[in-house]
Amino acid sequence: MATITADAPGYDDDRLEEVWEDEPGIPGFLTTVDHKRIGVRYIVTSFIFFAVSGLMALVLRTQLATSNAGLISPTTYNELFTVHGTTMIFLFNTPVLAGFGNYFLPLMIGTRDMAFPRLNAFSYWIFLFAGIFFFTGFAIGHAPSGGWFAYTPLTDRAYSPGVNLDFWGLGVAFVGISTTVGAVNFIVTAIKLRAPGLSLNRLPVFVWSMLVFSFMVLFAVPAVTVAASLLEMDRLFHTSFFVPAHGGSALLYQHLFWFWGHPEVYILFIPALGMMSMIIAVFSRRPLSGYVWIVVSLIAIGFISFGVWIHHMFVTGLPLLATAFFSAASLVIALPSGVQYFAWIATMWRGVVQLKTPMLFALGFLLIFLLGGITGVMVSVLPFDYQVEDSYFIVSHLHYVLNGAVVFPIFAALYYWIPKMTGRLLSERLGHLSFWTMFIGFNVAFFPMSILGLLGMPRRVYTYPSGLGWDTLNFISTVGGFMFAFGVLLTFVNILVSHRRGRPAGPDPWGADSLEWATSSPPPDYNFAAIPIVASRHPLWDQRPLPVAASGPDAATAALGPEGAERRTTPFTTGLRAEPESTMTIPGETAFPFVLALGIAVLVGALLVTTALGALVGVVILGVGVLRWAWRTGEH
Amino acid sequence: MLRVRDDVDTELVPPAEPGGPALVLVPPPAPAARPGYSVGVWGMAAVITTEAFIFLALLAAYFFLRSSSPAWPQGGLKPPELFPAWIFSLVLLGSSVPIFWGEAAIKRGRIRVLQVALALSFVMGAAFLANEGWEWAHLDFPWTRNAYASSFYVITGLHGVHVLVGLLMNAQVQAKTAMGKLSAERHVSMQVFGMYWHFVDVVWIFVFSSLYLSVRA
Repeated sequence: MATITADAPGYDDDRLEEVWEDEPGIPGFLTTVDHKRIGVRYIVTSFIFFAVSGLMALVLRTQLATSNAGLISPTTYNELFTVHGTTMIFLFNTPVLAGFGNYFLPLMIGTRDMAFPRLNAFSYWIFLFAGIFFFTGFAIGHAPSGGWFAYTPLTDRAYSPGVNLDFWGLGVAFVGISTTVGAVNFIVTAIKLRAPGLSLNRLPVFVWSMLVFSFMVLFAVPAVTVAASLLEMDRLFHTSFFVPAHGGSALLYQHLFWFWGHPEVYILFIPALGMMSMIIAVFSRRPLSGYVWIVVSLIAIGFISFGVWIHHMFVTGLPLLATAFFSAASLVIALPSGVQYFAWIATMWRGVVQLKTPMLFALGFLLIFLLGGITGVMVSVLPFDYQVEDSYFIVSHLHYVLNGAVVFPIFAALYYWIPKMTGRLLSERLGHLSFWTMFIGFNVAFFPMSILGLLGMPRRVYTYPSGLGWDTLNFISTVGGFMFAFGVLLTFVNILVSHRRGRPAGPDPWGADSLEWATSSPPPDYNFAAIPIVASRHPLWDQRPLPVAASGPDAATAALGPEGAERRTTPFTTGLRAEPESTMTIPGETAFPFVLALGIAVLVGALLVTTALGALVGVVILGVGVLRWAWRTGEH
Repeated sequence: MLRVRDDVDTELVPPAEPGGPALVLVPPPAPAARPGYSVGVWGMAAVITTEAFIFLALLAAYFFLRSSSPAWPQGGLKPPELFPAWIFSLVLLGSSVPIFWGEAAIKRGRIRVLQVALALSFVMGAAFLANEGWEWAHLDFPWTRNAYASSFYVITGLHGVHVLVGLLMNAQVQAKTAMGKLSAERHVSMQVFGMYWHFVDVVWIFVFSSLYLSVRA
């Protein structure tokens, strides 16, 4: 028995590249099913939406910097805050997390692609087309202006005539397809495609968080799809779901919307927590403290988050018994978040903290999340909520949570994982500078808002009179907003510059523990020539050298080794213990995802202008596409 | 614990890069005792989960509207006839039986039985859909009348679309069977279609109970 060392000379991956390579140029661009390319697309596209939507926020802040300002009209103001909120939630936060999941989930579990690579491409195209569709309204001067939650009756046809709101309603239902398909893909991938030995109790926390994210999407997104679809039925086909004059109920809309809306906050938050658990452990140079507690907390948050939606509706006149119950549930959900908080502190306490840029963002996250969490507990208490409802206190709170506690982890993730994606390190100096600018800018922008809220400044006002004591704080807040934006810009510059001039990262620049660092940076098209065999929660720390499997004779193990990669296959393993079970073929490039998404886009566009012919064209493209796609699936 | 094999092609071992972890090629681990479900089955299970929540949200909306209305159906509207609905509900639920039968048959490689079962189920599903069309044509209220009318049309309509999709899937599996693509070893499309069809039937139990039975209670 001899050990075969891995640095055997003369190895050449041309053969594998030939099998896995996409076609060059435009055809390859439109037909690729590589999860890494799709993941990068998700991230880049959503950051474009982030930048656009952030610029809108700067316009809003400029308008509010002084009293009685007239930079933009009230209508424009309404449109901007509606598009800003909608874009950040639907077109930035959710898809950017899906992008990281797409790129890293298969790498972390040691497989060669997602379980449904073509559906993966499909969900990206849907996201892109939905984003373009939504922004078309803005581009042609008919942006929705009913707030990001589009409450009825304001958004009914009677009070919002014109196509503005239809861009919102149809766009939300449209992008929901992408999120749902993505979630199905993540679940099956994480449960069935794990490397042998990567049992559930060894799963990286980010993969756990993507699993919880995906299950929550499956349960929650239908509610917003139904809310937006029924709203559009009311608007386009004159049904009466939300029209009180015809027996409908405006409150029903709020229930449906928030039954998704609150879990959605945690849908965004949970993958961010997963990223934090991985980054904090690596930069504390020790295994995560309380792994099991953290995972249980993530799942607990997932469950409890479905029992708190009424706290968005405390002032709608619901019975006290109901509001009291949801108030209690909203307090309880702070507990699992607290458990994770203490687990991270314990990890750092017992480790040796390295203040690299990702860790700085993680520490910034801890402080911001503390404030976001505490203000969250405050507003879950009924009497306090009655006081601050619809005031700037809420604006401050929601930005501390969604911008601070989600965007800071996303930036930590950028600094942590971009070296894997590009093969080059980012500048630490620029990173530190960017962090401090963003961190200080963030707090200067959003902390004064909580005071403004307590002073009585309402949300969604396009201007305010002087003499109410709001001027100074508003001005400070605007300065902070610009500072934050400048910090973000520094990171963008950092990414662009390092992409060309950064130092080579090597496969594992941080000395990390999870499998994505076991392959080269950037990873080859097939991720792993031979699939790693995992025997630890921290394979790269505990298993040196890392064992990778040869292919076996039977179907269960045929895909494990490089021979499996040559046949474009990847192993299928059991759900709990990840024992090899069978072999899955990874489909090649295909144009169906693109065509199908286009069909849906045509259908949605036709609904917007209510042309039966256009809708028919969309349905035909869709139907033919689905049938052809399903037909070919059987060949594999 | 991990045994090492010395008869593998070293050329195929991925190189360890400087700074990266060293890799060692080992023999494959023991396979699982029994093969599991295919990726399609898992995917359909997840799709059914989220679809169930769509119907759950719609039925919740239905009961919410009902509980906040003084009378139900609103405006004294007459819900559809119960008798034909009962008959065709039984037809739809019954159409799951040939699917069970067909699945059992294909596992033993009996193509002909599968074809008959699929055709029978198709006819039953199509009959249900035809009755629904007839029912819609004979309702004395349009969907624009009030919230009750809207919810009746939308919920039965969405279920009807699901039946239609199921029929298309049935036709597709039938065509694949005719072309000899299905076998005792490999019949994922039949499994996936079966799951979907049973789901559509089970959803009808809830839709029927809510929109036809409970409305008279």
